[in-house]
Amino acid sequence: MGYYCSFAALTCVYLQRHLLLTYLSLSLSLSLSLSLSLSLSLSLQWKSGVVKQLGWTVCDDLLCIQEDGTVLIYDLFGNFKRHFSMGNEVGQSQVVEAKVFHSPYGTGVAIVTGASRFTLATNIDDLKLRRLPEVPGLQGAPTCWAVLTQDRQSKVLVATGADLFILDYTSPPGLSPQATSIVHMCVSFSYKYLALFTDSGHLWMGTANLKEKLSEVETKVRNPPKQMAWCRRPKSQQPSVVIMWDGHILVAGECKNTISYHLEGVSILVPELDGVRIINGTHHELLQEVPASCEEIFKIASMAPGALLLEAHKEYEKESQKADEYLREIKEQNLLGEAVKQCVEAAGHELEAETQKTLLRAASFGKCFLSNFPPEPFVSMCRDLRVLNAVRDYTVGIPLTHTQFKQMTVQVLIDRLVYRKLYPLAIEICRYLKTPEYQGVSRVLKHWACCKVQQKEEADEVIARAISLKLGEAAGISYSEIATKAYECGRTELAIKLLEFEPRSGEQVPLLLKMKRSQLALSKAIESGDTDLVYTVVTYLKNEMNRGDFFMTLRNQPVALSLYRQFCKHQEQDTLKDLFNQDDDHQELGNFYVKASYKEKAQIGHLQSAVDEYNKAKNEFAAKATEEEMRLLRFQKKLEEEKGESLVGFSLHDTIRTLLAVGLHKHAEQLYKDFRVPDKRYWWLKLTALAEKEDWEEIEKFAKSKKSPIGYLPFVEICVKHHNKYEAKKYVSRVTPEQKVKAHLAVGDLEGAADAAIERRNDGEISTVLSRCSPSTDRALVERLNRAKATAAKK
Amino acid sequence: MAAHLSYGRVNLNILREAARKELREFLDKCAGSKAIVWDEYLTGPFGLIAQYSLLKEHEVEKMFTLKGGRVPPADVKNIIFFVRPRLELMDIIAENVMSEDKLQPPREFHILFVPRRSLLCEQRLKEQGVLNSFTNIDEYILDLIPYDGDLLSMESESAFRECYLENDQTSLYHTAKGLMTLQALYGTIPQIFGKGECARHVANMMLRMKREFAGSQNQILPVFDTLLLLDRNVDLLTPLATQLTYEGLIDEIYGITNGYVKLPPEKFAQKKPGEGGKDLPTEPKKLQLNSAEELYAEIRDKNFNAVGAALSKKAKIISAAFEERHNAKTVGEIKQFVSQLPHMQAARNSLANHTSIAELIKDITSEFSSFSLLSLSHFLNYFCQVLPFSSRVTSEVFFDNLTVEQEFMTGVDTDKVNTYIEDCISRKDPLIKILRLVCMQSVCNNGLKQKVLDHYKREILQTYGYEHILTLNNLEKVGLLKPQTTTRNNYPTIRKTLKLWMEDANEQNPNDISYVYSGYAPLSVRLTQLLARPGWRSIEEVLKMLPGPHFEERQQLPTGLHKKRQQGENRTTLVFFLGGVTYAEIAALRFLSQMEDGGTEYVIATTKLINGTSWIKSLMDRPEAQIS
Repeated sequence: MGYYCSFAALTCVYLQRHLLLTYLSLSLSLSLSLSLSLSLSLSLQWKSGVVKQLGWTVCDDLLCIQEDGTVLIYDLFGNFKRHFSMGNEVGQSQVVEAKVFHSPYGTGVAIVTGASRFTLATNIDDLKLRRLPEVPGLQGAPTCWAVLTQDRQSKVLVATGADLFILDYTSPPGLSPQATSIVHMCVSFSYKYLALFTDSGHLWMGTANLKEKLSEVETKVRNPPKQMAWCRRPKSQQPSVVIMWDGHILVAGECKNTISYHLEGVSILVPELDGVRIINGTHHELLQEVPASCEEIFKIASMAPGALLLEAHKEYEKESQKADEYLREIKEQNLLGEAVKQCVEAAGHELEAETQKTLLRAASFGKCFLSNFPPEPFVSMCRDLRVLNAVRDYTVGIPLTHTQFKQMTVQVLIDRLVYRKLYPLAIEICRYLKTPEYQGVSRVLKHWACCKVQQKEEADEVIARAISLKLGEAAGISYSEIATKAYECGRTELAIKLLEFEPRSGEQVPLLLKMKRSQLALSKAIESGDTDLVYTVVTYLKNEMNRGDFFMTLRNQPVALSLYRQFCKHQEQDTLKDLFNQDDDHQELGNFYVKASYKEKAQIGHLQSAVDEYNKAKNEFAAKATEEEMRLLRFQKKLEEEKGESLVGFSLHDTIRTLLAVGLHKHAEQLYKDFRVPDKRYWWLKLTALAEKEDWEEIEKFAKSKKSPIGYLPFVEICVKHHNKYEAKKYVSRVTPEQKVKAHLAVGDLEGAADAAIERRNDGEISTVLSRCSPSTDRALVERLNRAKATAAKK
Repeated sequence: MAAHLSYGRVNLNILREAARKELREFLDKCAGSKAIVWDEYLTGPFGLIAQYSLLKEHEVEKMFTLKGGRVPPADVKNIIFFVRPRLELMDIIAENVMSEDKLQPPREFHILFVPRRSLLCEQRLKEQGVLNSFTNIDEYILDLIPYDGDLLSMESESAFRECYLENDQTSLYHTAKGLMTLQALYGTIPQIFGKGECARHVANMMLRMKREFAGSQNQILPVFDTLLLLDRNVDLLTPLATQLTYEGLIDEIYGITNGYVKLPPEKFAQKKPGEGGKDLPTEPKKLQLNSAEELYAEIRDKNFNAVGAALSKKAKIISAAFEERHNAKTVGEIKQFVSQLPHMQAARNSLANHTSIAELIKDITSEFSSFSLLSLSHFLNYFCQVLPFSSRVTSEVFFDNLTVEQEFMTGVDTDKVNTYIEDCISRKDPLIKILRLVCMQSVCNNGLKQKVLDHYKREILQTYGYEHILTLNNLEKVGLLKPQTTTRNNYPTIRKTLKLWMEDANEQNPNDISYVYSGYAPLSVRLTQLLARPGWRSIEEVLKMLPGPHFEERQQLPTGLHKKRQQGENRTTLVFFLGGVTYAEIAALRFLSQMEDGGTEYVIATTKLINGTSWIKSLMDRPEAQIS
């Protein structure tokens, strides 16, 4: 098995952070003192309760989980940030054990209480506590447990005796592998694999869903280990588990062999994406499965293309002709591309700059003999390594492997540097890697500015100028965030100065409101065009100011005023009225009363108010119309009382129609005169109403009363519509010549229609009649019409 | 499923996919089974983005409509409210949350605001004491919804009312945001033209947002060359006129909502021999209308009078294709024929559907439409029945109405009280029809004489009820009705300069956009056409007569993103109608895109697809309806 510890060169120098935390949590020290690298040390005087567990968040904050379930958060410099609780029920039973875990959703915390109840929070920045179900038959603390993240859910895996339970939020299925009692367990970095250590000294390895067993190894050690961790890497050839007891560690893989290493002092294992860090008071080592490319190149007597290329380059440096021999050997096998790739890859995995250089030089040498080799991997590897070597430096103290770096991305690395206030380095890296400005340099500058505003000793002026100078050209800076920070530090004046630099007016609003600059907030909100923001400020102003001032403010801001009107229309009718009053908007007041008259009982009263307002607005028409409405309403009410006919709510038209329908002709006549209904409309109205009643006698009387202002075609048509052709025919003769054809057709009199059309010599009408004739039955008629058509056409 | 979105000049499926991705991401945030409670208004627009199957894949098991009281029982872990940010909806949600059954296993609540979350609404939830009951409060930015291969709509019904009547510019803010999203996906649009107050406002916001996001834009080669923003109130006339394209008429008569139309079922009954008198279906027939259907894409933009010929031509082609089977002799030939069968059958169904729709429309419009479906009836066993009396009356009504409209548009007697309108009022025809005509007369006369206007108003109030004084007031506020202030009527000048009336409109083989209204060329589209060639400078005078400022803005592109146009390559223009667009206008723009020497292709965006009826309806105030 190819394992080696390769961080030796870097050891001693660092006091890696995990280590000290372990000490602290073991000793429950009352005074915390951490030093993270030579340039960074954290110390704080512990005054709070008993700490059960310490951990780091993904944002490099320190988590202190106390016995009473309170979790305190500190930043890298020992400043208290905030705290939260893991639930009230923890109080009495106390936290027995706690774990900090990471998932795509952020940093999570899981605790188990004295009452053996588990509580879980998947993301501490968006705290949602999940109380997990009870473990059947569990008394006191479980033997061991671990947190799993699967299917977008966090679960707890608990061992009690020989039984394993998954505490799902929904259902816990009982699972049990072949063992007597499980004393320790660990889950891989990816949450995909699980390792269990039993009291019989067996190590079980399998998938975390417990569906598949990878292997089982007998360690011949029966003591429960102090710690266990998976040692894997992406595309791992030989996944294995590292088990630690006092003084030594054991590496166990799929094959039955194990390797044992001696350890000095108290150590701790930190599982990583591609290996395990072993940290003690003075050393920081990395245990890794040797990457395939490194193994190929550096294995003794390796004939892999990469190894040969490296050899060739060495000979070339020595100016020996052997270089050519090696090179030929690779080229003959057509493997030069492969060789270059191997060297580049291996360089990425190597930690010593010299080895990296040797490998990269070899790769570069090999590249010269290739024509179409893509330059991208080589170039980006050189860049990556330069960045990595810079942050691995002891003054920075972020010893990352290339795999880890690729996984965490440049963005996160920049964040880490920013949290450590290493701004110049962060900016250098952004520039070097050509990160887009708003993701790179601008972001770093923003953090710098946020830090700058907290420097109490400097004057507002100086800080504002310094910030604007430095941030001047950078794109996408959020000045409002910086201003918020300044405000939080109690520097309102500085905040206002900084806000002036903010190009996004919408962003300025919340802070301006917080700082009670509400007028300014309102104009900024309007400027942004975001109406919701305007509403927000308006609601705020409404609660803040007295009504008079509030209305005055709105008056000066028409956009805000019309939005507020909209709001009132739906929510506060009375305020709406006040607003119109304030503006002397009589037209709108009139409309307001008209609307009110349809909703409330005092209809006449409201309408009278509307009339008054319309008069004030000099809207004569509306005033008159509303007066008319009142008259109609009174009439309807009176008639309702007298005749019991329900009329209120009907239009004038429908009122007259109803009156005619029930035979109250006199009353209808009265309305017709009183409201000066035009003759034409009245005739239509009366005709339709009578036809609906099928009161043919009355219609005839009506037709004869005087000359119809609507002609007589409507009489014909309405009779036909009510299927009374006999009545219809009575009026055909009275229809004007222009409409005669239509009238004849309506009563189905083709002959008559034909006569009329021919008489009028109208081509269109003749065609219309023709189209109604059927060639078989009306042959004579068709011939006549066609003849007439022909003569009409001649003319 | 949405392939038709990607066939256009601009692949709008990218936008749809982006929207779907965001939806999936939100659903995954709420782990476990879920039920969605819908703000009913949103279901239509959402249907254009995602079908139920997508929701189901993400564990959505139940769907409810948002209403007061308790959310119906459902054995799910999550209840998600999909709502617009409206205060009245917040009150209902609060009621839902508070009346949740405490005895049942707890369900997690979430809110998804569409299209944007609102501080005001969250404040209301806080006042109601339920804000903390929500696990997730999120926004789903759905501004511009891909409606068809060349069409985007915000499906915001009240946009015109809000902008022009209530001075509420919320929808304009959403428009600007939507255009920013569009630019993020399709690149910065280098040129912006506009006409109208709202257009100016949107352009200002866009330029402002671009400044605000300086440095964060994607480096994408611009797909659109030009954006044209047009206020609806620049052209109030077009939507009032009855659309005469096939799609336009379907919308006028039956109304197309979110891409679907509901039709009377009688004509769609399957006529199978032996089932003579079987009862007819009573459920309306629901059809989806978009360019995914080959035949529909072909005929929808034609003048209705040219649809008959197109349908019968299609019928012959399909019939010939089916006849091919007699020629298929070898096994290989038969196999080939069989493989084409599904496509042919789909084509035949599509043809049958559209023949039925065309017949329905013909019944109503027949005096206008002069085509015969006889040639089809042979093939499809349809009979061109002798029209019943009632439909003859409706067709006469349609014809008379059209005649009056055309008189107004050509400027005949627009300054007098029109007897046809009077007669319609006397017969108490639908109010909206009356309002459409009166408004049209007013627009074509640049306002009515006070006496004429008052007469119409009085007639309307007496016939339809005095409460409509509010609606009339609204129409006056937006400028659809107005008293003549100057004696000079500038409409004839506009009509002549912009050639809005073409005497010899060719309906069958159009050579000008005026075919969509059988003579009237929509003003909005004419402006668009003139912008492309020869440019607005040539019509400065007319532009000044139309309301609102006209302007041009340029957006700087980073070097390297300047498009190198191939010779003969068309420009792409996005035309955004603020306040709605009609199907006929879209047809006219598509016609311009297809013109051989046009040089410009158009993609259309709008706040809502409208027609005269839906438009006027949105401006009406019905006090009695607001009591609730």
